Amino acid sequence: APEDGAVRTLPSLRRLSRALPFGRSHGRLGVSSSGRLIVPAPSSQEKADPQKTAFLLRKAWTLYSVTPLYRFRRGRLRDYARLLGAFIAAEKQKGLAVEVGVELDIKVALSSLADLRGSELDQDALLVQLSSRSQASSKNSEDKVVWSGWFCSVFGDDLSENVPEHFTCLPLFLTHGAESYTSLVGSWFQKTFDCCFRRLAISPLNLSWMVAMWAGCKLDRAASAVELVFSVPRLAQPLDISYAIHPEDAKALWDTVQKTPGEITQEEVDVFMDCLYAHFHRHFKIHLSAAKLVKVSTGIASAQCDGIVKILHSQYLPGVLMLLTELAISQIQ
Amino acid sequence: MAVLRPFDKLPTLNSGILLLVGPDEALQQRLSETILQEKRDFNINVHLATSLPLPPERDHLRPRIDLIVFMIDIKSKYSLKKVECSLAHVDASFFLGKVCFLVTGVGRVNACSVEMNAVCKLGEAYCSPVLFCELELEDTRVATAQRLVRMLRICAGHIPGVSALSFVSLMRKSDDD
Repeated sequence: APEDGAVRTLPSLRRLSRALPFGRSHGRLGVSSSGRLIVPAPSSQEKADPQKTAFLLRKAWTLYSVTPLYRFRRGRLRDYARLLGAFIAAEKQKGLAVEVGVELDIKVALSSLADLRGSELDQDALLVQLSSRSQASSKNSEDKVVWSGWFCSVFGDDLSENVPEHFTCLPLFLTHGAESYTSLVGSWFQKTFDCCFRRLAISPLNLSWMVAMWAGCKLDRAASAVELVFSVPRLAQPLDISYAIHPEDAKALWDTVQKTPGEITQEEVDVFMDCLYAHFHRHFKIHLSAAKLVKVSTGIASAQCDGIVKILHSQYLPGVLMLLTELAISQIQ
Repeated sequence: MAVLRPFDKLPTLNSGILLLVGPDEALQQRLSETILQEKRDFNINVHLATSLPLPPERDHLRPRIDLIVFMIDIKSKYSLKKVECSLAHVDASFFLGKVCFLVTGVGRVNACSVEMNAVCKLGEAYCSPVLFCELELEDTRVATAQRLVRMLRICAGHIPGVSALSFVSLMRKSDDD
């Protein structure tokens, strides 16, 4: 394709093209050439057990991209849990206080989640949970989960196809809990599996894709409003503009814009966003297209530019994870 | 005269006239200051505009424009829209090497609001080079200013044997050969 030639000759251009998750020039599962995204249908209930994945919903997850893990063995999860627990205890001994004033015994549990994958090439998701039992409480009291994180890959074939032997690809890492635990777990994984973690940022362009896709999804019960939050740059005092749209209006708008059901193009996302901007300008005489889109939220999920997402609906969980996996992969490459 | 034409006025002696078009005035100001600090042996005038057409009242006082630089901020979709609207007010003969697109803010890929393909297609459609830069950093701002001054010298006809048409032939992609 002629675009490939331009991408090869200008290195800066290639890096910028890579920043767009859904505009890859080569075909892959879910994305055909020329920047079309093919959305997977909402998952049927037989494949995924909603109970197992219920803990993922309605929590704010911080996103990271992870390079492939070297010599990770699924069979050794208990050993890894033990080693990670020992590492955390050792770090606490060294004086890196994770909780001030409270003596906590941290227990580590690693488990596989077979339901969170997309294609045959995807690895099962890996869940890491840190739970604590306060020494003051009785022996029979339940452990409280203080931190959880999970690695996953949903339709991450782009990465899995090209990876050499002995590497496990789980490019998306989501965490919930104190930042200090995140850095402990992260540094243990980096040392043990020679991988690299990076905070995943979501650009305004990607956020506009997300809001267009998610606003167009069908929800059976009354959904919350579609909200976009913009931050206005370079003012004496920072200004945030919140733009809320009734979910049915947003869906109606998307339905008039989208031509092929199940497929989304950059042009359609642009038209959708332009309509929203034009409507706002008509009423308030403010050009939202000059401001920075920092947060979007819909009934399906919400996402922020600093890489924090909340998923609200189990039916669309694979679709959301597929988008986030794609973002993580483009940050790695 | 709503449309800018490249050859409807006489050239100014030993000068190059640059027009920067784009909605971000502060950035234009900074770039033009950096351009005017460049060492050179000819006069440079930098005109700033947020959009075209230019106000007709002062048209008779305006010199002939040698190079138009359209500034698109990668963080602002609004700047792309404004530039696209302004393009209609430029005569077709300007696009023979006397126009270029300057995409700014590329140091912050995570703040990208403009799709790259759209900008590159714009450059291809108007047969004009697309330059990428980051004007917030002094080094690249100075480098960009130097590139623009070099282009301006050619567009103003100060380099014998090289005309603005050379830029158009440089636009061909390498695998077209």
